[in-house]
Amino acid sequence: MNYLHISINVIVMAAIYTKYSLPNNTLSFITKAYKNTIFFGPNHIVRNIFNQKTNNEAFDIIVVGGGMVGTTLACALANNKCLQSKKILLLEAGNKQKYVSNDQYSNRVVALNKYSKLLLSNIGAWKHIQSHRFTPIVKMQIWDAYSDAMLTFNDDYLSQALAYIVENDLLLHAVHTQLSKKKSVTIINNAKVEHINLSNNIGIDSNILLKSGENFKAKLLIGADGQMSKVRDAMGVKYVDWDYDQMGIVATVKLCETIENVAWQRFLPNGTIALLPLTNSLCSLVWCITTEEAKRLLQISEEEFIDNLNDAFLKVYPKDELVKCGMQAFKKLFENFQLPSAVSRQLQPSIAGIVDGSRAAFPLGFGHALHYVQPGVALVGDAAHRVNPLAGQGVNLGFGDVTVLVEVLAKAVNNGALIGDTTYLHNYESIRLKYNIPTMLTIDALHRLYKTTASPIILARSLGLQLTNIVKPLKNFLIKHAAGTENI
Amino acid sequence: MNFVLSISTTVNLKENESAKSKSTTVDTKELNKFSNLCQNWWNPNGEMGPLHTMNPLRIQFIKDGLKNVGFVENSPNYPFKGLMLLDVGCGGGILSEPLARIGANVTGLDASKELVAIANEHKKLDESISSNLSYVNKSVEEFSEETTEKYDVVVASEILEHVIDQSLFLKSCVKLLKPKGSIFITTINKNLISYLAGIIGAEYILQVLPIGTHDWNKFISPEDTRRLLNECNCNTRLIHGLLYNPMTYQWSWTPLKSINYALHAVKNECL
Repeated sequence: MNYLHISINVIVMAAIYTKYSLPNNTLSFITKAYKNTIFFGPNHIVRNIFNQKTNNEAFDIIVVGGGMVGTTLACALANNKCLQSKKILLLEAGNKQKYVSNDQYSNRVVALNKYSKLLLSNIGAWKHIQSHRFTPIVKMQIWDAYSDAMLTFNDDYLSQALAYIVENDLLLHAVHTQLSKKKSVTIINNAKVEHINLSNNIGIDSNILLKSGENFKAKLLIGADGQMSKVRDAMGVKYVDWDYDQMGIVATVKLCETIENVAWQRFLPNGTIALLPLTNSLCSLVWCITTEEAKRLLQISEEEFIDNLNDAFLKVYPKDELVKCGMQAFKKLFENFQLPSAVSRQLQPSIAGIVDGSRAAFPLGFGHALHYVQPGVALVGDAAHRVNPLAGQGVNLGFGDVTVLVEVLAKAVNNGALIGDTTYLHNYESIRLKYNIPTMLTIDALHRLYKTTASPIILARSLGLQLTNIVKPLKNFLIKHAAGTENI
Repeated sequence: MNFVLSISTTVNLKENESAKSKSTTVDTKELNKFSNLCQNWWNPNGEMGPLHTMNPLRIQFIKDGLKNVGFVENSPNYPFKGLMLLDVGCGGGILSEPLARIGANVTGLDASKELVAIANEHKKLDESISSNLSYVNKSVEEFSEETTEKYDVVVASEILEHVIDQSLFLKSCVKLLKPKGSIFITTINKNLISYLAGIIGAEYILQVLPIGTHDWNKFISPEDTRRLLNECNCNTRLIHGLLYNPMTYQWSWTPLKSINYALHAVKNECL
């Protein structure tokens, strides 16, 4: 097992020393090494400068942001036995979206882990998704462009689904269907936040003023308003963020052959490419690539794009001698220990075409608020943390926040505390920090690891892939972490 | 047990002339000490921080204790609906308010006029508890003179280590309790560890509490509390240790009763 430790260290060190020299302690690492990128949230919290409107309606909880996480949170709060008497307001900046069932798949999908699915089942939304469409991933294959290293999960098809692919708009529609049955929740669309005035005192309400002039009071204000969160700005918490200078290209692609419920991911010299199954012959593409390259890929014709895409999956890159030697030595080593070193490789599918108009791109970045809570206010989802979609963890982290926050608030109410009581909110923060920070740093480290072409690093990452495949407990740990088993 | 018995009281000199010659549990020094802290009583980051973070555990302890003696929670929102509850030594109402919020009819009792004023002031912030929470500025022995066997539950949290005559204090508490009613106590053990942790550690080194908050001579061991309760016709059902972590500011349960402990006792039906 010593080899294992050494190799894991090599991976971690390689990840860490790729670009930055970082101490091991996560928090001090964030504050020290990224000092120059720390964004000090504006402290200009203006106090009551606006004219008080007469319509100062009071709510127990106001959720700012009606995306997947915010809407699910509102529904989960109203669904809880202890919280069902609480008056909830959901503020959404956009128009009311009418979901039209379409044969064509949307290009924005999420990969839900089983805890996110459980949350959706608990609020009754999963049955709407189930009756429409979703795809379970039962097998996952990950491989490296520069070496023979590869990693397969659930090769034997024995364990349950690793993840569930659901379209964003269907998910939102399913949650809204449930939410419409909750009388305690009021939804306001086109609600643009003008100003937030936090009381910072338990027991004294916070105020939120909309651009429309409407003014609301809340005992607890929850920011689910994404990476540019206004609630987070009002809190004035430090927000650590950096850009990867990469973009994610998404598209719905048609395959040449039929493949059932397998997800594919290849690590390339300049990014990663992944296919998530939608049907037997349709896949959702997530291609993370340099911003420059992404812009080019958006411009070119469809045929050219498909050629580039197939290239990314199939192109054979020259294998580095050093890496090759290292891999062989490694293979020998494990043969000596009589551990299984060969894995069956399933040939990746080739792409026949893309669905019209499904090609789009979004910038990738990393961000994390140093605190998620203050008296009477809490952050969830991307408002608190933003990750690279590399491992499909973003929305799962958000749903994890929702699950824990609802539990903590129910406990607070059940124990007679005020709903914004920091004693309980801090509980939410510490549970989520313990899960979110390691997950985010792993994703970030993986990202940095796979951005390089220097031999020792490729060797390290190849060994890493190979090792995780051979050593069952390690692989099981990875699979569990990705599936969110350690969620709570 | 070096109880100082029959000290003539100096509490609220002007108001309580009549109580002058009677024995009391109120320690004037303690009274002034805590009255002076009243401005910061409701600041969760202030001197009373540990009392705020103790709430989840002590409320859970009361809930579990009541379940053990057959109390049935009817509503998830108001599990204590219908309970008559007395919070002895309520201070600014840190524990009284949540108990009222989950449905109990709470009477908060405190010998400090300033603290009762703070409690009444803070109560106004939440309309939902205006009808089932009231505060009385009296010592427990005064209060028990006019009232007997009125309460289903008596809570004496973090007060036993601040009174002079612990026997009289407990007797008065039990007198207010209905037969088969429950008394819940949290306090500090009397041994070397509690001296080092509770006074040297908490007050001098870590300074989570102001210096002089506790007097070791008034600490009381679980065995003594149990014996005193036995003398007032109460059977102790459970004693459980509590531990404060000054790094996370959180309390947790522990099998060790060497520092803080919580105790649940039930009043017997007849003597």
